Amino acid sequence: MRGLWAFLAGSLFGIGLLISGMTDPRKVIGWLDIFGNWDPTLAFVLGGAVGVMSIAWAMARKSTTPVLGGTFPAPSDPRLERRLAIGSVLFGMGWGLSGLCPGPAMASITWTGTGGAVFLVAMGVGMFAAPNFGKSRMPAPS
Amino acid sequence: MPQDWIFGLIGGALIGCAAAMYLLINGRIMGASGIVGGLIDGTGRGNARERLLFLAGLVFVPGVAAYASGTATSHLTSNLGVLIVAGLLVGVGTRLANGCTSGHGVCGISRLSLRGIVATLFYLMAGGVTVLLARHVWGVV
Repeated sequence: MRGLWAFLAGSLFGIGLLISGMTDPRKVIGWLDIFGNWDPTLAFVLGGAVGVMSIAWAMARKSTTPVLGGTFPAPSDPRLERRLAIGSVLFGMGWGLSGLCPGPAMASITWTGTGGAVFLVAMGVGMFAAPNFGKSRMPAPS
Repeated sequence: MPQDWIFGLIGGALIGCAAAMYLLINGRIMGASGIVGGLIDGTGRGNARERLLFLAGLVFVPGVAAYASGTATSHLTSNLGVLIVAGLLVGVGTRLANGCTSGHGVCGISRLSLRGIVATLFYLMAGGVTVLLARHVWGVV
């Protein structure tokens, strides 16, 4: 069951990325190009996603366990370490250069050909190498 | 273009629904870099099946939809050097920060996580400066 729901969530995430324009690197670079021909579409994408998700967090706070059992993620860690800032800056640089972040890079891999594959392999190498630069791992994102 | 904004809002709401399902049903935060990163560095070995099936849906379903709707055209830069550098930066950066646009952006901001908000401000600023330099100063993208 967990696998089936994970597959459905991944599928819906991918369809959302496709419809919203996040899988088109021109739109992503256009959104980051605030000194050029700025494209505000991504503000609508983030707004729509955060709006729905804030309802989900409110529902999670009211219930004790997820539908398939287990526990909800721990409350967000309030600590801000240097690696959070450095990592986010490095990620933003790569995002701006390519117009790709991890979700859309995977969602579009069936049509981005050699370029998309090269990006994903480099991303995988970076992910594999990264923990060596840092110290303790935080338990969950955000 | 306002039509793009409407598609952005609808697509964004679907992304939010996917993250909501993953949270309320599976009890997990839907962060793309965390799901794939845990498979790459081995920290997610315990629930590898759940991660792999999430990624299978993420790769194949939009693939089918894009080919069926005739929108399966790549608009990536043809400069492989830029893509290698960008991929390395995204890989290292998201693991150091422990999240990307979906984990810190969508799931973090929506629960008013200070880490998510700070991470999002940093990657948006870094992305903006990078596009300014790479497009308008160096002309590489």
